Amino acid sequence: MAKTQLSFNLNGQDVDVLVEPRELLIHVLREQLMQTGAHIGCETSHCGACTVDINGQSVKSCTFLAVQAQGAEVMTVEGLASGGELHPLQAAFMEEHGLQCGFCTPGMLMRGYRFLQENPNPSEDDIRQGMAGNLCRCTGYQNIIKSIQKAAADINAADNA
Amino acid sequence: MSAAEDTLERQDQLQGIGCSRKRKEDPRFIQGKGNYVDDVKLPGMLCGAIVRSPFAHAKIVSINKEKALALPGVHAVITADDLKPLGLHWMPTLAGDTQAVLADEKVAFQQQEVAMVVADDRYIAADGAELVEVEYEVLPALVDPHKAMDDDAPIIRDDLVGKDEAGQGKRTHNNHIFTWDVGDKDATDRAFDNAEVTVREEILNPRVHPSPLETCGCVASFDKINGALTVYITSQAPHIVRTVITLLSGIAESKVRVISPDIGGGFGNKVGVYPGYVVAIVSSIVLGRPVKWIESRIDNISTTAFARDYHGIGELAADKNGVIKALRFSALADHGAFNAHAQPTKWPAGLFSICTGSYDIPVAYARVDGVYTNKAPGGVAYRCSFRVTEAVYLIERMIDVLAQKLDIDKAEIRRRNFIKAEQFPYQSALGWEYDSGNYLPALEKVLEACDYEGLRKEQAEKRAKGELMGIGLCTFTEIVGAGPSKACDVLGVGMFDSCEIRVHPTGSAIARMGTITQGQGHQTTYAQIIASELGLSSDDIQIEEGDTDTAPYGLGTYGSRSTPVGGAATAMAARTIRAKAQKIAAHLLEVSPDDVEWDVDRFQVKGNPDAVKTMKEVAWAAYNNVPEGMEMGLETVNYYDPPNFTYPFGIYLCVVDIDRHTGETSIRRFYALDDCGNRINPMIIEGQIHGGLNEAFAVAMGQLISFDEDGNLQGNSLMDYFIPTFVETPHWETDYTVTPSPHHPLGAKGVAESPHVGGIPCFSNAVIDAFAHKGVTHVNMPHTAFNVWKTIHQLGLDN
Amino acid sequence: MIPPSFQYHAPSSVDDAISILTQYGDEAKILAGGHSLLPMMKLRFAEPEHLVDINNIDSLKGIREENGMIVIGAMTSESALIASALLQEKCPLLPEAAKLIADPQVRNRGTIGGDIAHGDPGNDHPALMLALDARFTLVGPNGSREVEASDFFLGTFYTALEADEIMTEIRIAPQAANTGASYHKLKRKTGDFATAAAAVVIEMSGDTCQSARISLTNLAATAFRATEAEAVLVGQTISDELIKQAAAKVMEACDPAEDLRGDAEYKTHMGGEMTRRAIKDAIKRAGGN
Repeated sequence: MAKTQLSFNLNGQDVDVLVEPRELLIHVLREQLMQTGAHIGCETSHCGACTVDINGQSVKSCTFLAVQAQGAEVMTVEGLASGGELHPLQAAFMEEHGLQCGFCTPGMLMRGYRFLQENPNPSEDDIRQGMAGNLCRCTGYQNIIKSIQKAAADINAADNA
Repeated sequence: MSAAEDTLERQDQLQGIGCSRKRKEDPRFIQGKGNYVDDVKLPGMLCGAIVRSPFAHAKIVSINKEKALALPGVHAVITADDLKPLGLHWMPTLAGDTQAVLADEKVAFQQQEVAMVVADDRYIAADGAELVEVEYEVLPALVDPHKAMDDDAPIIRDDLVGKDEAGQGKRTHNNHIFTWDVGDKDATDRAFDNAEVTVREEILNPRVHPSPLETCGCVASFDKINGALTVYITSQAPHIVRTVITLLSGIAESKVRVISPDIGGGFGNKVGVYPGYVVAIVSSIVLGRPVKWIESRIDNISTTAFARDYHGIGELAADKNGVIKALRFSALADHGAFNAHAQPTKWPAGLFSICTGSYDIPVAYARVDGVYTNKAPGGVAYRCSFRVTEAVYLIERMIDVLAQKLDIDKAEIRRRNFIKAEQFPYQSALGWEYDSGNYLPALEKVLEACDYEGLRKEQAEKRAKGELMGIGLCTFTEIVGAGPSKACDVLGVGMFDSCEIRVHPTGSAIARMGTITQGQGHQTTYAQIIASELGLSSDDIQIEEGDTDTAPYGLGTYGSRSTPVGGAATAMAARTIRAKAQKIAAHLLEVSPDDVEWDVDRFQVKGNPDAVKTMKEVAWAAYNNVPEGMEMGLETVNYYDPPNFTYPFGIYLCVVDIDRHTGETSIRRFYALDDCGNRINPMIIEGQIHGGLNEAFAVAMGQLISFDEDGNLQGNSLMDYFIPTFVETPHWETDYTVTPSPHHPLGAKGVAESPHVGGIPCFSNAVIDAFAHKGVTHVNMPHTAFNVWKTIHQLGLDN
Repeated sequence: MIPPSFQYHAPSSVDDAISILTQYGDEAKILAGGHSLLPMMKLRFAEPEHLVDINNIDSLKGIREENGMIVIGAMTSESALIASALLQEKCPLLPEAAKLIADPQVRNRGTIGGDIAHGDPGNDHPALMLALDARFTLVGPNGSREVEASDFFLGTFYTALEADEIMTEIRIAPQAANTGASYHKLKRKTGDFATAAAAVVIEMSGDTCQSARISLTNLAATAFRATEAEAVLVGQTISDELIKQAAAKVMEACDPAEDLRGDAEYKTHMGGEMTRRAIKDAIKRAGGN
């Protein structure tokens, strides 16, 4: 099958790749662009390990054709820290023991990053609903919730400072 | 600053045992810089895709590779016939059986590996797999293990016909694998005959799957010039994998390098050696290029590797006061088409004989019969020590059944039967020596914290109104830390574990371990042990695992053995170093070694607090100024063979509300008190407990690998297979007591599996307790809304 | 889990999309949100030669009010339904129900039109559309036509949509005065299809039911309206007993397929139970008791 030229912005950088139309974004990110943070966990859009941000929305990149990213702004976990500084959410995951094996973590962070912009002051139930598309087998979720709560507080405190 | 304050401050600076040190693994994971097997990309790497059987039981009439081979980008299509000349079409299992690497003339379970297509990338490999034409002649499938030993049962294993054993003792039927028993059967039978009360219940631990978020996979890379093989693999036991590869391939073990990089969760799924690994390795050897094989989720749930499938019968004999006089448990174990049971070699039913639990039971007998069926091979220990979940589930369910029969409160019956604190070390009727325990105070602590009496009152009020509320208790004892090499080996290798520590001249250190973390935070906690033992800051201690070229041989991480065995090896290695350091310090201080004493991070001349040498100073001296006759350097390796298992315990309480119209359950409260002995990193322990409880919740409330009558697996994606999300998962409350292990150098016991083992019966006991007033004594898992509703509906409670 | 090869088309207008569909006929499939189609393709249950991605057709997105009707573009995402102030005010049933579909990421991609047009009895919008008396605009090579929801769902994965047609818009009347609506969905976990679900729209006058529409998800080969259950309520003073009778009528109409969610008996009972709950909520919201 003929390959097509695909251009999009990845973590602030313009990238050009040649892809087959059937290639899934997760594979292009991981195997062509070597951004291996996003992971493949289930392939049926249930686990959320492949979650990335596309044009300001959380998307499961295992169920998204790479060609659909033409011209898009794509952000992966590799783009979360900036200027050598961890994003408050990353720092909070460390502080609150929000990860164990780390496999779900990039998806959790990318969903959490977007979720906190959708809802900067979430209740525990808001977090449970807002993060429901991401599975974790290790943590029992409780410390992820604490991490997101801490990040929300830290972000809000910084905004008010 | 007082001397005491000074000591405390120096201790704090070490970040040693007992502190909730933040994890050193995290920075790479939170920045997307983890390195999992599927992240490995080698020059010239090819990808393998497996052609799988659509049938549970069928003869292979023919395999036509031509169309697949004609597809541009396909390099090879490998079948059993290609492996035969190498003698690799079958492989040994950990349980003494053999397993087809690729189906040899027949398939014996749905999704069995039939061929592997090796191609330039995963897209072409998948296309190639679609083009392999396999003609099957379908055979009747054997699905129900209870029918496995019928006279007319289909024969699963033609290769074993006429053989009276399959690696685990005498067979009596073509589908029989083993019969294992333990205990005094006659005395137990007599106790039952003479008992005032007996109870009996059929109790299933259904077939489930660990489903870590990362599936299994490997990258095999054979260097033809040097004859050396490197395998990146999702393995909880890389050293054993290396030994197996050598035994299978004949490549010298020194030329095989197995690397377990970051692992996205194991939970028992990544202990075994799977056909995909073997074929990827063979492909790499044949093609001279690296070959990657990564399972899909459907492959994972369907083939590698189920847990449980124990069809148990529990019986207790007791007096009228509920004091247990005897226990008789049995199980029919469905091992699937090949006995790929993950086990210490001599333990065909794992450590099932821990089934006497936390109770002082004078006499007991247990028996397990293993059979073949047309299902995927296994089983593995899903977040537990070998078959401990099954054992604990039986005893913790049966004690509730006994309580109901005698109308004794479920907490009270436990009080009456607990092994008492003064009985430890306790010799169980089935042969174990429990190292330590103190159950009663822990139970009382939980009952008080949860206002157990208040809950029972509330339950009575709810029952009067027709509402369903259940209170579950579980007071379990685990057996972990396999294990003493006199009892435990894997393929002949004793189940020790190891730690090598090297202290550098400037006082930092590296330690390499035989274990391998899959999220447990080894990089963090092992450093804490060394920090406390050697007085060096844990931040200056690097921990490495998983590369067989650098790490000392170890048996890996499963069965909660890292702290009990690897942690002990770490402490012992550190103590060897400290003993040498003491001599060097004495030499520097110009006193006898007996005249110096250890003080947090330094040696001090007894009675002279000003005459000190810190460990850092000693480290420097170790490389330039040692006592005469002493070797330079400060390093050692310890292979720790534990004298006994460890026996962590826990007291769990669960409150569930049940919607009597839909069968939906709502876990209102889950309180988990764990006693894992001395605690190395409380933060990590709590995280492990949360995770284990969530996996217990998944098993008890929803997980099931089920088959239709033709052996077709139903629901093999995460659409159907239950992994709880944020929404379903309850809130967890944790608590602890500390009863150190007397034989472990740190007094620690291991923890990560307790919440799974203890959680499952606790959820079940809660759900079943909701129906206790209606005479219900047992309902099998999983307690899905559908299953719970069936109980409700049968009892007419939904009207 | 790798999709087969296909030719990819990303038209930016409905006309272009239709001409592609006309050209390739059965060999073409429309890609909307992709969360049903792409997994099917990965499993190679679906192997279209041509994939027509209609995500770039802006005219298919958005929610507006036009001539007293709410008009929803077929490519409007579930997330957009949830966020819509217009819907929250004038058709609150839709955003409420959309929250029960899949999970946040999937709702960002999944579209109302895709959910309807797929014809899956497990999808939620078909029953909602029946309860809301929606009309669908279908555009094909010969122009556009309007089809009522009640004429659209013909069988499992079988609808009135022709292979060369695209659903462009959904038209729904704003919720009338004294009307309440509710959707109750029983599911095993987040992201699952309904074990059973019921959509109810009821207009009340005091304690009397003026009109009722009841429809069910995943309880037969397609979503369906339970007209006999509706008849039990209409013109009657609502009581618990009457609601129970309506639920019983729903149960009579259910013909669910057994699967891992439950057997037919359970699902049928849950159809009744979800109906009972939805009726009660709808009446409360309509200002009844």
